[in-house]
Amino acid sequence: MLHFSTWKQVAIILTCLMGLLLVVPNFISKETMAQWPRWVPKTQLNLGLDLRGGAHLLLSMEVADVRKDWLNTLRGDASKRLREAKIPFTALGITNNAVQVRLAKTEDADAALKTLRGLIQQTGNLMLGTSITDLEVTKGEGGLIRLAPTEAGLQHRISSAVSAAIETVRRRVDAMGTTEPNIVRQGSSRILVQVPGLQDTAQLKELIGKTARLTFHEVHASASVEEGRQRPPAGYKVYESDDKEEGAQLLNETPVVRGDELVDAQPGFDQRTNEPIITFRFNNAGARKFGNFTKDHVNRPFAIVLDDKVISAPVIREPILGGSGQISGNFTVETATQLAIQLRSGALPAKLTIVEERTVGPSLGADSIEAGKLAGIIGGIATIILTILAYGTFGIFACVGLIVHGLLTVALMSLAGSALTLPGIAGLVLGIAMAVDANVLIYERIREEVRAGRTAIAAIDAGFTRAFITIADSQLTTLACALVMFWLGSGPIRGFAVTLTIGICTSIFASVTVVRLLIYYWLNSNKRVHRAIELPV
Amino acid sequence: MRFIPNFKGFDFFPHDLRLPFMRYKGLCLALSIIGMALSLLIIGVKGFNYGVDFKGGSMLEVQSVSGPADISALREKLGKLGLGAVQIQQFGAPSDVLIRIEQQPGGDAEQQAALKKATDALAGQYTQRRVEVVGPAVSSELRMTGFIAVFAGLLAIVAYVWFRFEWQFALGAIVALTHDVLLVAGIFSLLHLEFDLSIVAALLTILGYSVNDTVVVSDRIRENLRKFKRMDLNELLNLSINETLSRTILTGCTAIVVLVALYIFGGEVIRNFNLAMLLGVVIGTYSSIFIAAPLLGYLGVKREWVGTAPKQSDASAARRARRENLALK
Repeated sequence: MLHFSTWKQVAIILTCLMGLLLVVPNFISKETMAQWPRWVPKTQLNLGLDLRGGAHLLLSMEVADVRKDWLNTLRGDASKRLREAKIPFTALGITNNAVQVRLAKTEDADAALKTLRGLIQQTGNLMLGTSITDLEVTKGEGGLIRLAPTEAGLQHRISSAVSAAIETVRRRVDAMGTTEPNIVRQGSSRILVQVPGLQDTAQLKELIGKTARLTFHEVHASASVEEGRQRPPAGYKVYESDDKEEGAQLLNETPVVRGDELVDAQPGFDQRTNEPIITFRFNNAGARKFGNFTKDHVNRPFAIVLDDKVISAPVIREPILGGSGQISGNFTVETATQLAIQLRSGALPAKLTIVEERTVGPSLGADSIEAGKLAGIIGGIATIILTILAYGTFGIFACVGLIVHGLLTVALMSLAGSALTLPGIAGLVLGIAMAVDANVLIYERIREEVRAGRTAIAAIDAGFTRAFITIADSQLTTLACALVMFWLGSGPIRGFAVTLTIGICTSIFASVTVVRLLIYYWLNSNKRVHRAIELPV
Repeated sequence: MRFIPNFKGFDFFPHDLRLPFMRYKGLCLALSIIGMALSLLIIGVKGFNYGVDFKGGSMLEVQSVSGPADISALREKLGKLGLGAVQIQQFGAPSDVLIRIEQQPGGDAEQQAALKKATDALAGQYTQRRVEVVGPAVSSELRMTGFIAVFAGLLAIVAYVWFRFEWQFALGAIVALTHDVLLVAGIFSLLHLEFDLSIVAALLTILGYSVNDTVVVSDRIRENLRKFKRMDLNELLNLSINETLSRTILTGCTAIVVLVALYIFGGEVIRNFNLAMLLGVVIGTYSSIFIAAPLLGYLGVKREWVGTAPKQSDASAARRARRENLALK
């Protein structure tokens, strides 16, 4: 049993060397490595945000916003369709998360139902071949028709809104010039944003905290804001303003042009007043719409609205046909720059709220790494001393196994690209203690076998085989725990679970196979010296 | 290999030692039950000092720009902001301060607003080292997943032990593990130590470590059950504990030494995490010797499955033997 074929020996030694090769880049600066040939592995251990410093934000999309938005569009579409089909209606509104239409004539109900059913979209999974309807159109009493979004339809909308939001957030974060931000979906309506190295999150939060939905509206020709507040004309609504000078305006709810028809937005200065402004340009369709509108409304005001707040309401002096314009409105250089970024990167489909924030400054991260290193070195040395004291020469072998274990764990982590977190360091150190346990089990077993009167080789053999069952059992139960942690955990806990799992896998190789090979070499070299070997355990 | 000196290790553990663990099994179990009951009582009365992860709210670690931090001035300054209960404590070095702001009424946006107020008030005099803000929705989710994680960990382990051994072993393991988790949680509640997500990770690791210990003893019990078919069960359990005692103590010592190093030098941020692990290793070592094995003495073990008995269990013994052969390969 205690025999290793040549290819097995080569494989084991190669694995160890491979580990060494993969760990080396961690001790060498990036500049030096840049001069190395391409085939040399250069991956360094990926440090978690808690060690390298950085910001972690969990954003949640307002589901209610998505629903509201959809219902608004639906109302617009329904009114358009009914008008096209020449079906008169007396009321069209949103009640109880559904759009309700009251028809003027009850006998139109079936025709209206047919027309409105045209709004239903089949969405679904092409891969699975399943399809769902996103809308239910039903007929009620007395010419009442109800268009109710289905739960599946809403989920589909949320899912695509989150995808769109991820793109927008990415563009905004990239505009800050940060390195390797990580932006991913989490769960159904959340987005995780991780920006390494970023300490001051104020700017980041400002940038992604705004929906930045820019719209251009027609101002009601005759009615005043006061009248609008008391009894708003159909299709009009009072929009408030944060700015005292501009004040609230009574505006047409359906915008003339939307921000998604912008192709560019840049901060700049007004040439006359030297105030910070934002210059923008529409795409062709937007330019046409805006041109037509301004042609028909010369000498009347229109309003520029950002996230449902009026930012300015200039009077149209002449038709604006070129498709470009500027927005002024009490900006500072900073807010103008920020708004330009937000407009360029597009509006978010719905508001994002920060539900979790974790930021670690680079100095704390560096301190943690130092502390972890110190604790690791002290813990490691203490373990080595204890092991050698307890098991002599075989203890030295165990320590070699430990070093291989450490190397391979770090190598695999660099390879897998999993981040080392602060609890991960503790996991690494604890992994060392667990790896020692395997050797302790084997050596205690060997001692027992020796005491039972077995010969050296038989004792070693029995020690390894018998202890292996126990080692496998104990490691597998720890693995079960690590998997649970990985499955349920987030962030740092997941990092810890990964470290622990890799540690368990490498410890079986390092503490069992490598140590066994070392003992095999030791036996071979001692056989020639004296026949009856006394085990130095 | 000649260059490596041949020397024997220091076999510090007397091997013929036969400590009568089983004689005191009643006492040990009683003590453990009292311990568990006390823990439950303390947790019930005092509750946990939940961290930001579980309670929601904000936590800031700040460092004074020059000189040691003036905590009373900070307290006064932040107290005026109307953010509810604000806890301020020194954290590690004299210039470092940890500020906890309780969860603000309202939603997630209110937490961010509170954080902004606090950071604006601190600007200039302090630099931020760490910020954690957890909103009400996320904190309740984390609390939920935290508890589920510990529970699922327990179940996963018990399922494994049940699969590998007999149900009595699984029952012993679950009692021992529950004991470990309860006691560590009880100590955290008693000392009013912060209980957050990292402590849940520590509890899960403790589960792993403790079951590791229990499995080693159980393995030996199973082996001895095959070896000594006529031995009295209590005597056999005692023998198994004693035979594995040197390993239990040596491994326990290594783990404790490493964890003490981590506790002392590992930094302020994960001190509680390391403390939980340290407590867990000590309690876990105790429980596998004094709870899991003695409990078997009360539960009894089907000894037929070892091979002395009726046919149906012969089949299961054969299955088991095959499985072990597989494991060996």
